Amino acid sequence: MDLLVGQLFTGLSTGSILLLAALGLSLTFGQMGVVNMAHGEFIMAGCYTAYVVQQAVGDAGVSLLIALPAGFLVGGAMGLVLEALLLRRLYHRPLDTLLVTFGVGLILQQAARDVFGAPAVNVSVPEFLRGGVDLLGVTVPKTRLFIMALAVVSVAAVALVLRFTPAGRRIRAVVGNRDLAETAGISSRTVDAATFFIGSGLAGVAGVALTLIGSTSPTTGQSYLVDAFLVVVAGGLGRIKGAVVAAVALGAMQAVFETYSTASLAKVGVFIVIVVFLQLRPQGLFTLRTRSLA
Amino acid sequence: MPLRLNARHLARTLAATAAITGLVATAACGSRAGEETAAAESCVDTSGDTVKVGALNSLSGTMAISETTVRDAITLAVDEINAAGGVQGKEIEIVAEDGASEPTVFAEKAEKLIREDCVAAVFGGWTSASRKAMLPVFEDNDSLLYYPVQYEGLEASENIFYTGATTNQQIIPALDYLAETGVKSIYLVGSDYVFPRTANAIINAYAEAHGIEVLGEDYVTLGSTEFSTIVNQVKAADADAVFNTLNGDSNVAFFREYANVGLTAEEMPVMSVSIAEEEVGGIGVENIEGQLAAWNYYQTVDSPANTAFVEAFKAAYGADRVTSDPMEAAYNSVYLWAATVEKAGSFAVADVQAAADGVSFDSPEGTVVIDGENHHVTKTARIGRIDADGLLYTVWESDGPIDPDPFLDGYDWAADLAVTE
Repeated sequence: MDLLVGQLFTGLSTGSILLLAALGLSLTFGQMGVVNMAHGEFIMAGCYTAYVVQQAVGDAGVSLLIALPAGFLVGGAMGLVLEALLLRRLYHRPLDTLLVTFGVGLILQQAARDVFGAPAVNVSVPEFLRGGVDLLGVTVPKTRLFIMALAVVSVAAVALVLRFTPAGRRIRAVVGNRDLAETAGISSRTVDAATFFIGSGLAGVAGVALTLIGSTSPTTGQSYLVDAFLVVVAGGLGRIKGAVVAAVALGAMQAVFETYSTASLAKVGVFIVIVVFLQLRPQGLFTLRTRSLA
Repeated sequence: MPLRLNARHLARTLAATAAITGLVATAACGSRAGEETAAAESCVDTSGDTVKVGALNSLSGTMAISETTVRDAITLAVDEINAAGGVQGKEIEIVAEDGASEPTVFAEKAEKLIREDCVAAVFGGWTSASRKAMLPVFEDNDSLLYYPVQYEGLEASENIFYTGATTNQQIIPALDYLAETGVKSIYLVGSDYVFPRTANAIINAYAEAHGIEVLGEDYVTLGSTEFSTIVNQVKAADADAVFNTLNGDSNVAFFREYANVGLTAEEMPVMSVSIAEEEVGGIGVENIEGQLAAWNYYQTVDSPANTAFVEAFKAAYGADRVTSDPMEAAYNSVYLWAATVEKAGSFAVADVQAAADGVSFDSPEGTVVIDGENHHVTKTARIGRIDADGLLYTVWESDGPIDPDPFLDGYDWAADLAVTE
């Protein structure tokens, strides 16, 4: 019984971690169609932002609060530079984009290794997030509760921005039909840059949060990249809603499979389910109806 | 208008990338097999004032985190030997290569070091995959590899000297220690690759023979950071101890989760075999204080040789650096090679192999002696406890150095495990 409640929570928690890692990608890949293999390294940049801030500030609690927005800016800035220097020239060549961003990812990893050293660094967890809370007889780590809350806040923020702000409206217009949006006077270049900024910034935020549970090393981002793509693909391109449902579903599946087999087998199980699912529904859980001709 | 990639496109592209990688790997293997006939003619030139050796460690990729420290230790040993007059009066010159955490790259670079750079011996390798990939290269070219990391045993090549622990010098003493302290049930957690699988097979056999109950056995993919389920299961199982064979970054996530659900070293200690001084910093001392590790060397080992080693290392690389078991084993390997060459009076592979038996070195962990039969070295087993300062302190050590037994021939309960070659 305890194990079951624990696993239910684990599913939600794993899902929220997946969601946090995938949210930025659902903007850049889902909305813009850019396969950004360096997304994991933007997450890693967020991790190191948390580390640098903590070294400078000292107090783990205060530094976490500073690091969250700082991580957003660092990730976002890196995304902006990548977009302006490389991706902008490659919008019509998705396969080249894949290779170029993969290369950028490798460069960023090596850069992190040169700057911070190869061994993992330690980002301390603030005192108020250490230990666990007893919920229905199960000890739930506070760090995981924090990450769940952060995932909810991030999704809400993205949804609100897309729905209610002028910038969000412009992003949706360009996704819906780029030519028509341009005809209506929207600068699709500016919109692309803004979308990429937000998407990459969210990767930075995810990185800061993930230091609470995982390690901070040059290869940290890689472990999240494949899962993030899975979430976006399974959820359906272009839909934040899809990413949310897919992340929670994948997290729950992983947790349930793992209870009855081993972690490695659970991973295989999840992959099989996704492959079968995509055969039946190649467009993912939710589809975006666009007025685009493409 | 940007081209849209759909899920199928992406899957196809990824599949194509994987296929290309596979092809390249196959091609690499193929070319190696073709060259076998031409091998075995050594091009090592020792007529000058210097002798070349190779240092082959991953300076990039996931293993760089550990292997760069081994490179530092190798360099230190070479510098010290050169300062003391070199080997056979010749200065040692390092030819450095990056294994890039890829077994195929290790094999390629090993071939290059032997055939193009004509090195007398190569020091390096970390993962068993890298060693297995290099083994045929060293055997075909009849050259020497000094491998400095504890591993899963069950191997003894004429062309490899193993200066790290084999299972009867690390895992079995760790189990002996747990049994001695009254542990009746254990839970096994490991990364999913050859070392943890083999280690756990040994642990299961040991447990059966010694009346210890194994309550669970879980593996995660290398680099995994999701431990919620496993830690919940460990907690529910309520074992006396956990035996941890996780590798690399996974340890960070595991120990954080472990501490967060309220498990402590007092109620359920974790015995780790891949966590040394370097790793403790990344995990965060607050998450791992009090837990146990099994190695042959700690920075805190109290001996004149170790004091000198630690001082020299810090002087060369900075006061904030720590020394660890694999680094010490790599440092020893250079000295052992040099001592063997001095004894043989020759750099030739056959002479070094013939002279190796009984060669000893007064190392930081104590005196180590090469076993000419299986090319491993004698090692003292030590159980360490992680303290608040991030260092490990010996809480138990074996009665003197343990003779290497890579195939576990000396243990009745392991009879079904060891497939003697």
